[in-house]
Amino acid sequence: MRTAFVTNLVELAEQDPRILLLTGDLGFMAVEPFTDRFPDRFFNVGVAEQNMVGVATGLAEAGFIPFVYSIAPFATLRPYEFIRNGPVHQRLPVRIVGIGGGFEYGTNGPSHFALEDVAVMRPLPGLSVITPADPAQAAAALRATWDLPGPVYYRLGKNDSRVVPGLDGRYDLDRGQVVREGSDVLIIAMGAAAYEAMIGADLLAHNGLQATVAVISTMSPPPLAYISALLHQFRLAATVEAHYRVGGLGSLVSEVVAEQAIPCRIIRCGVGALHSELVGSEQFLARAHGISGDGIAAAILRVTQPLAAT
Amino acid sequence: MVSLGVDPQNIRRIVLTQSKRANVGHIGSALSVSYIVAVVFGSALRVSDPHDPDRDRFVMAKGHAALAVYAALSLRGWVSQEMLDGFCTDGSELGVHPERSTPGVDFSTGSLGQGLPMAVGAALAGRLQSSNRRAFALLSDAECNEGSVWEAVMFAAQHQLSNLVAMVDANGQQALGSTRDIINLSPLADRWAAFGWDVRTVNGHDCAALCTTLDSLDYRQGPPHVLIAETIFGKGVSFMERQLKWHYLPMTDEEFASAMREVGGQP
Repeated sequence: MRTAFVTNLVELAEQDPRILLLTGDLGFMAVEPFTDRFPDRFFNVGVAEQNMVGVATGLAEAGFIPFVYSIAPFATLRPYEFIRNGPVHQRLPVRIVGIGGGFEYGTNGPSHFALEDVAVMRPLPGLSVITPADPAQAAAALRATWDLPGPVYYRLGKNDSRVVPGLDGRYDLDRGQVVREGSDVLIIAMGAAAYEAMIGADLLAHNGLQATVAVISTMSPPPLAYISALLHQFRLAATVEAHYRVGGLGSLVSEVVAEQAIPCRIIRCGVGALHSELVGSEQFLARAHGISGDGIAAAILRVTQPLAAT
Repeated sequence: MVSLGVDPQNIRRIVLTQSKRANVGHIGSALSVSYIVAVVFGSALRVSDPHDPDRDRFVMAKGHAALAVYAALSLRGWVSQEMLDGFCTDGSELGVHPERSTPGVDFSTGSLGQGLPMAVGAALAGRLQSSNRRAFALLSDAECNEGSVWEAVMFAAQHQLSNLVAMVDANGQQALGSTRDIINLSPLADRWAAFGWDVRTVNGHDCAALCTTLDSLDYRQGPPHVLIAETIFGKGVSFMERQLKWHYLPMTDEEFASAMREVGGQP
């Protein structure tokens, strides 16, 4: 979805000279459409993410809308305190673009995984946290949020081909999107995890269980009313995220359930303990950590058919 | 030279008075930069209105000495006496570290190593907007322990940000001792020069020298500039000079009376 994002960013930059792009020396075969079109509005700051965010803060104070680009952990965790004290605390429109949520950089190993980025970005007041599910939604989300007055974090997949069926480029800042309807169980997926959630729903259907699948791509400000309304329709819901089980969507949904005393049991499908000795494809790692379609279906079936599953 | 009523002695009197009233420390650091801050706000910064988008920018990277900046802002008339007298009281805007909501404070600071990157962004923004405005940052010498300072130094040199001035308050002391004993920065001027900056070593307690040096810089082209401002921690109050405890401690009544007499004020 980074290609769709950059393509749309170029189009927005044609209309608005405030848009700048900074990268921490990453983005080969991704950022070129911007750098070719706007060489004077592109800065490779080198391998220096803290300075990148600091410079963006200075640029934003002067009226620019700087997008800073890196692989998700380097865009969020390395400069975290600069994000907190800079654009967040000073309420400036810096856009943090983190590529590769979850295990997308699987063969690169744990240093490149992004499994806690949403957990650390979500508490920051005034920071919008956007986790698009596929390329068309990434484009729509960018167009809906690029000129928000406060800072934004975009968690983008580098995969440009994987599409969530039924999503059709829909995006709303204050709500999620239902991509499949069923009355037995609710599956709520954070952004790109909707792809595996849909596979899980298909597997459940083979077991006679009809699932509604909803995509949440705005993690902050949380679409509380939307999540609450969904949960009220079900007695069982599973959250799915390419993220640690703590601090992301599973935590958010559990907060809604607890605070509103909604009678719905929650199963959190996310990464528990990281098998840090493992590298491999995204698909392999998703399966190994229980967030692939079959893992999601199995987790739900363990609750609905406890005897059959044993 | 230093005009607009921003006199370092006035800054010191305000620093001592407000520190005493609020019963807080960081007095030595604020005294250390009193001349530099006087020159910045009394002469160097081209700011007619602190809300003018095309004003020069100033980043108090060593945010813990913000009281000296508040003093200068009050002397410029941007911070009222009422606000100043609220320093560190419950609900005040003016804390130990500066906030952007205060008129004349361009960036919030407090965490060392974050100020220079923001000043670099401010300087780059000026260039992109075809403005002649400049960006100034006042760093502590120990702040140069932070790797992010050197990230910013390299970027600024790469882009030849001639409209950027870093000023290093080189008092040779840090929180738990002397810089020489903790992380030796020497030769500090050579290090900045090796990274491609225009380096000027100057007496940080000589307003005329500071002004002359700032006036002599080429803000139109060439490398970014750094003033290694040699200072004395606690400058102007004899019993505080070079004494580590004044990084932390508030003053007793006797110490306050004695300190105020040294800076020509009434306790």
